Amino acid sequence: MTRVVNSFRLVFLIAALMVTVLFATNARAELTVDITQGNVEPLPIAVPDFLPSDDAARRFSIDIAQVVADDLERSGLFRPIDKRAFYAKPQGLGVKPRFANWKPLNAQALVVGEVGIEPNGALRASFRLWDVFAENQMTGLSLTTTQANWRRVAHIIADTIYERITGEVGYFDTRIVYIAESGPADKRIKRLSIMDQDGANHRFLTDGSNLVLTPRFSPTQQEITYLAYFNDQPRVYLFNIDTGEQELLGDFPGMTFAPRFSPDGDSVILSFAQDGNSDIHVMDLRTRRVRRLTDHPAIDTAPSYAPDSRKIVFESDRGGSQQLYVMNTDGSSQRRISFGNGRYGTPVWSPRGDLIAFTKIFRGKFHIGVMRPDGSGERLLTRGFLVEGPTWAPNGRVLMFFRQDKSDARGRGGIPRLFSIDLTGFNERELGTPVGGSDPAWSPGPLSQ
Amino acid sequence: MRLKLSGLVVAAFVLAACSSTGDDAGSSGSSGSSDSSGQSASSGSSGQVAAAPVGPKPGSQMDLEVNVGDRVFFALDKSSLSAESRTAIERWAAWLKTYQGNKVIVEGHADERGTREYTLALGERRADSARDYLVSLGINPNRVKIVSFGKERPAVPGSNENAWAQNRRAVLVIDGN
Repeated sequence: MTRVVNSFRLVFLIAALMVTVLFATNARAELTVDITQGNVEPLPIAVPDFLPSDDAARRFSIDIAQVVADDLERSGLFRPIDKRAFYAKPQGLGVKPRFANWKPLNAQALVVGEVGIEPNGALRASFRLWDVFAENQMTGLSLTTTQANWRRVAHIIADTIYERITGEVGYFDTRIVYIAESGPADKRIKRLSIMDQDGANHRFLTDGSNLVLTPRFSPTQQEITYLAYFNDQPRVYLFNIDTGEQELLGDFPGMTFAPRFSPDGDSVILSFAQDGNSDIHVMDLRTRRVRRLTDHPAIDTAPSYAPDSRKIVFESDRGGSQQLYVMNTDGSSQRRISFGNGRYGTPVWSPRGDLIAFTKIFRGKFHIGVMRPDGSGERLLTRGFLVEGPTWAPNGRVLMFFRQDKSDARGRGGIPRLFSIDLTGFNERELGTPVGGSDPAWSPGPLSQ
Repeated sequence: MRLKLSGLVVAAFVLAACSSTGDDAGSSGSSGSSDSSGQSASSGSSGQVAAAPVGPKPGSQMDLEVNVGDRVFFALDKSSLSAESRTAIERWAAWLKTYQGNKVIVEGHADERGTREYTLALGERRADSARDYLVSLGINPNRVKIVSFGKERPAVPGSNENAWAQNRRAVLVIDGN
């Protein structure tokens, strides 16, 4: 029979990442993008190849600039200008750019970068972000790390540019854990998988011999909590990303499911089903003590903490259909917040605290939407035959979810895929995965934190 | 204009890409797999040799599927048993009373038009509903386990009413453990 612990061994290399902030002027830049408005005209930005300071760095000079440009482009807020239109290469990091070369392209911003290999083999990448029309430096950074980390360097540079121009925290140096899906609908193979937010560095974490669902990141990031069917018994497990070890969570005499970490990472909140009734429980990971939070004959599931840990949003059909409810962390003051037409599920509190994302089923269609924690201000962002399972980027401005089309009588066409969308409902993009993908969960922040 | 490279230095630790090895988990054991059909040949009492009918081995999963009916169906978002379902579960009970050695699992399933967590809970409720009725008919609850597969194991592929109706189900399978 199945072994409960997969003997995955994940070897992590630890490398120091040195970050140096380059001389930045205090000049107040006029160049900004307000990302709360939606459907903004993407800001034209020039990201020329980084200048290699030696031959060994040559291969990184193009690749880093490309990853930076791709990150910015995917955000929908920037339009990297085609490199073939450039009049000239930048002269160097320490030289003020010839803005006359960039103004005719309408480049609002210019990224000038340099990359080199240190005597010890470390990769050093430096860049400056220029406001082309104000002729000011907006920010600059120098990073030193291992060559293997070059993509992270590019993501950190893209985050820095995004933050400087939008005023929001960047989300490019993050990862996604999700369920990779392959095979026919009735014999679907599901594997726990992880990748960078742009789809790079993809790895399967389980081998598909057991059904796995709903992975969620720990705020400390070294662990995932998820549902696995070892021996056909659905239970919540912890998965250690460093070691690949899996641990059964708790000793419940029935199905446990719908797990999520608390914001401090010290507890896991989940549903426990017994005798046909699902209620919400919380387990303290240090003491392993379990506390019951709901006690109702209806289905109570899909709990998610507010970022301040004071409240929990969950779904229940106690009112006759699946709806969203909010309660205090001790289970008190349970009250319904969704009152629109249709059924509501999979609520997820925004890391900013201001909104709750959900899946809504209405008139035979699925929608991804957001509402305020008091249930007001409902906005539907996208819809389809099946769209489900929103997860927030750590800056609370972008959502990822999965979309599945109808399948035909042979089961063809029903492979789910991952998409991201802005909070404004614009810029819906597919995130390519090696096979199908569902149940995405965005990492809470950069790896280094 | 001369620009200085200066400023604060921040050290941070990062995780590099990792490699994985030793992926050797065992394969999943699927419970309730059916026995191969027993060859119960019977011959006519007359001198003629009749074609031997091939029937399932009595008390096997195949016997349950062919001669009893291994599944009951539910309305959208419901877990209550219809009159038809009750009749079917009464046949389960009679069969279980005949084959006292059999332990069983009731699997609860939902169609694809629900959210992940909710369909898991709904499948659990459906399986429990069928088990409750079995127990009320005198079957020892220790012989009956339940498991929910939510919307993960449709019996019939396709996104249409017929497929959905057949996928909202509870299925009786012999517990192989």
